[in-house]
Amino acid sequence: MAELDKTDGSMDATPNVTEVVSVGAVDETAAVAAIEAPVERGEPILQVRNLVKHFPLSQGILFKRQVGAVKAVDGVSFDLYQGETLGIVGESGCGKSTVARLLMALETATSGEVFYKGQDITRLSGRALKAVRRNIQMVFQDPYTSLNPRMTVGDIIGEPFDIHPEVAPKGDRRAKVQELLDVVGLNPEYINRYPHQFSGGQRQRIGIARGLALNPEIIICDEPVSALDVSVQAQVINLMEKLQDEFNLSYVFIAHDLSIVRHISDRVGVMYLGKMAEIGTDAEIYDHPTHPYTQALLSAVPVPDPEARERGERIILAGDVPSPANPPSGCRFRTRCWKAQDKCSTEMPLLAVPERFKGSDSPAAHESACHFAEEKDIVGAAS
Amino acid sequence: MTIIDKTADIPAPRSGGPDDARLLEVRDLHVEFHTRDGVAKAVNGVNYSVDSGETLAVLGESGSGKSVTAQAIMGILDMPPGKIPQGQILYRGQDMLTMSNEERRKIRGQKIAMIFQDALSSLNPVLSVGYQLGEMFRVHQGLSRKQAKLKAIELMERVKIPAAKQRVGDYPHQFSGGMRQRIMIAMALALEPDLIIADEPTTALDVTVQAQVMDLLKELQTEFNMGLILITHDLGVVADVADKIAVMYAGRIVETAPVHELYKRPAHPYTRGLLDSIPRLDQKGQELYAIKGLPPNLLKIPSGCAFNPRCPKAEDICRTEIPALVPVSEQDGSELPGRGSACHFWKETIHG
Repeated sequence: MAELDKTDGSMDATPNVTEVVSVGAVDETAAVAAIEAPVERGEPILQVRNLVKHFPLSQGILFKRQVGAVKAVDGVSFDLYQGETLGIVGESGCGKSTVARLLMALETATSGEVFYKGQDITRLSGRALKAVRRNIQMVFQDPYTSLNPRMTVGDIIGEPFDIHPEVAPKGDRRAKVQELLDVVGLNPEYINRYPHQFSGGQRQRIGIARGLALNPEIIICDEPVSALDVSVQAQVINLMEKLQDEFNLSYVFIAHDLSIVRHISDRVGVMYLGKMAEIGTDAEIYDHPTHPYTQALLSAVPVPDPEARERGERIILAGDVPSPANPPSGCRFRTRCWKAQDKCSTEMPLLAVPERFKGSDSPAAHESACHFAEEKDIVGAAS
Repeated sequence: MTIIDKTADIPAPRSGGPDDARLLEVRDLHVEFHTRDGVAKAVNGVNYSVDSGETLAVLGESGSGKSVTAQAIMGILDMPPGKIPQGQILYRGQDMLTMSNEERRKIRGQKIAMIFQDALSSLNPVLSVGYQLGEMFRVHQGLSRKQAKLKAIELMERVKIPAAKQRVGDYPHQFSGGMRQRIMIAMALALEPDLIIADEPTTALDVTVQAQVMDLLKELQTEFNMGLILITHDLGVVADVADKIAVMYAGRIVETAPVHELYKRPAHPYTRGLLDSIPRLDQKGQELYAIKGLPPNLLKIPSGCAFNPRCPKAEDICRTEIPALVPVSEQDGSELPGRGSACHFWKETIHG
């Protein structure tokens, strides 16, 4: 990503290149202006529509031919509102990390759109894409491998300024980096240390500081605390909540720990095999799930309360997640679902408020992609 | 590979035994690692015991010494750099640390088996799972390849791997994560041991698969009346399966308690901190409780109570005197069986 953006920078420096694409440049300026405009709190800042990402599977050494595709993300739609936290949960292989990479424009989508303030980032390039990337940043899962061991903390956090020099002029970069270290709760004097001199929690703070460097509007967190010790997780979660209030950030929070997602999220989306199974506010999803997969997922989470062993029904799913290269027809969950009927194998359920709950103001009336959506009593996670 | 024990002696009676020794008892175990930077004291005087049919959960963060203790019990610690300067590990009353290697080998695998965390890196990628499962029978019982393969299929069926007959010749990479973990369990169960040590058996798995695997483990434990030592950092898993809990911090046990008691009334500030840092529904939108600071460096464990720099209750005595694991009692002095706390201020912590 860094290299890509650097070539963008050199394009700006040589004016004859911009002249060649002068027609596009007008659009680009308009796009950049739109991207830099502020968004009111509570307005959608990111709108994802029918996003698809298929990774081709090819065979043969000399004559490569495509024999199929891994349907990592297969038609996902959701909105992210300014200032909110959207949690995305699901098992490994359900496509949640691919969604994150698509939102960052690190991966080109097969089809579908991601609108950032009305601009489709899957079609942007050049200056406009660079402006978007400044506003959408990412915090990675593994703080041990996402920091370059040969760079000092100051260089790591300051690297975004090389690509976007307008944020911090050369002279006061060091001061800016020290300020960032202070914001994430690290000693500003550590600026010349290397990543290996820090613990896991501290490294994740460095990753967060790097994400904050360019004053972004959206931070995409891909499993930000799952590599950390239990006692340190809470510290990092608290820091992230504090920063959200301070800098008015919107988070897409991807994780598999359902109780942490509930704590931090305003809305939660549940993914299964590249599709969104259910989406709603945290109370709707956790207390009134209507999709069988969400119900199974919630009941599978071990509750830190020994009394819970005896009460409530526990759903244990049989088998594993099917391969995304060859997903089941119709509803993707039907091979593991206890409610599956013929209709499920022929008709793909759409993500919508189920018919039976339409118009009612019960919390079960939220979007759920199941033909037979209904509430069920389960032992809830994090309750 | 040599056949260790062709004339396997008749297995000792499953429960009780002639002497009423515990199935496994660890007494004052110390383990240290000699490194270039100094001596890392990974385990500093651990005591615990397990009986048949009982599940002991060892809870702790990374670096608390929970896995090292398990490796010492199994005798698979790398020595050097590891060293066991003192302590006893008693299997049915016999100290395994003073045994000859031959004797120890007879116990390892046959009486005490271990399930490792990461099934993909614990299985040999170039040997079929059938071969790896059968190895137990060939080495310990001297069965032929054919017989061993039949036994392997039987085992795979027991851990509910579908189409076991067809899959016995498959290699580890052809199985999913949950299935691989089942194979690990099958391997540990092969010789029907008395005790299984499971080191983070489900950490690498998804929640739905984790539920399947924990269920299977519980079922098999009841069937064979095995003792189980479950090593984990997941407070949820512990609440689900454990009978009693030992909480470890910096190589020491800081609290022991039956499972229900621990969650209701922790008697050590560290346990309380861990429980409080679990997000709860009524705390939504508020700050989570967080234990401040970081787990200690094992090369220089703080003097006194190792938890003192992070403890909200720490006083001068905590910085100078190492608290012993003392029995915890009710306010009126009546005993709380199985409970202990290594805190100078356990009374305030549990009753305050």
